[in-house]
Amino acid sequence: MDMTLARPLMEGTADSGAGGLKLSVQPLRGMVTLRADLSDATVAKAVKDAVGSDMPGVRKATDTALWMSPDELLLLCPYGEQADVVGKLTDALADTHHLAVDVSDARTLFRLEGDTAREVLAKGAPVDLARGQFTVGDLRRTRISHVAAAFWQSGEGPDVFEIICFRSYARYLWDWLEESSREGSMPGVL
Amino acid sequence: MLLIDCPCCGVSGEETEFAAGGEAHLKREGPGSSDDAFTAYLFERKNPRGVHFERWRHAFGCGKWFHMARSTATLEVFGVYAADVLAPPQSVLDRIEEARSEGRVK
Repeated sequence: MDMTLARPLMEGTADSGAGGLKLSVQPLRGMVTLRADLSDATVAKAVKDAVGSDMPGVRKATDTALWMSPDELLLLCPYGEQADVVGKLTDALADTHHLAVDVSDARTLFRLEGDTAREVLAKGAPVDLARGQFTVGDLRRTRISHVAAAFWQSGEGPDVFEIICFRSYARYLWDWLEESSREGSMPGVL
Repeated sequence: MLLIDCPCCGVSGEETEFAAGGEAHLKREGPGSSDDAFTAYLFERKNPRGVHFERWRHAFGCGKWFHMARSTATLEVFGVYAADVLAPPQSVLDRIEEARSEGRVK
């Protein structure tokens, strides 16, 4: 089956005066959900071979593998390569109970960077985002405002957050993030 | 506000990240049961002021179901435990007994 939906739901970048905050919609990424026993060495090897990542710890993210739940990973790859990743996983795990599905078009990816990025997120997510508590490599699957989302700190620095949500909520979350990034609206506690 | 430790993924989160699933440890009345028993199974629920055993789901997080014992009066959480058991574990019952002896719950 050759399905091409190679278009982000929305595009945009926004700069706010508040701490040089920059919000942007990221280009499409290949995303593959893998459900399996994450403690199984066979699964770890399959993930390594498919996307080049070690198994992420609980609530951790690597560049290409996100911990989603005790038996679920979200694997990232360049858009267009997701079918290869699914194929590699399916082959490597043929004798292991698992599920690997291409979900590339299910979610929209945002990026929020700037000194006050963690203050923006803390307005909507019930997560301790203090600098010492949420650091590079940490991930939380939680809610932002009213919608299910996950965010993690990419390896680029302590003020760069990547955020995913279901694409049907993307407009809402974009508007919420933009509104919450306004200059003069920061509590100034983080 | 309830503070809940998810037994599945270990997150210590607040209640808005979770979804309540109602009273725990209900026994389904199958074929052959009386109408009264089936009605009770469907509709009759405890509504105590005090200790309550409930099903919860980490809806915005790892998505897993689990059980929780809490006080409906003080919102104290006595413990969380696995979804696939028919009765609360002794460790949770012990904590409830301790709370009773200290007068925190009836």
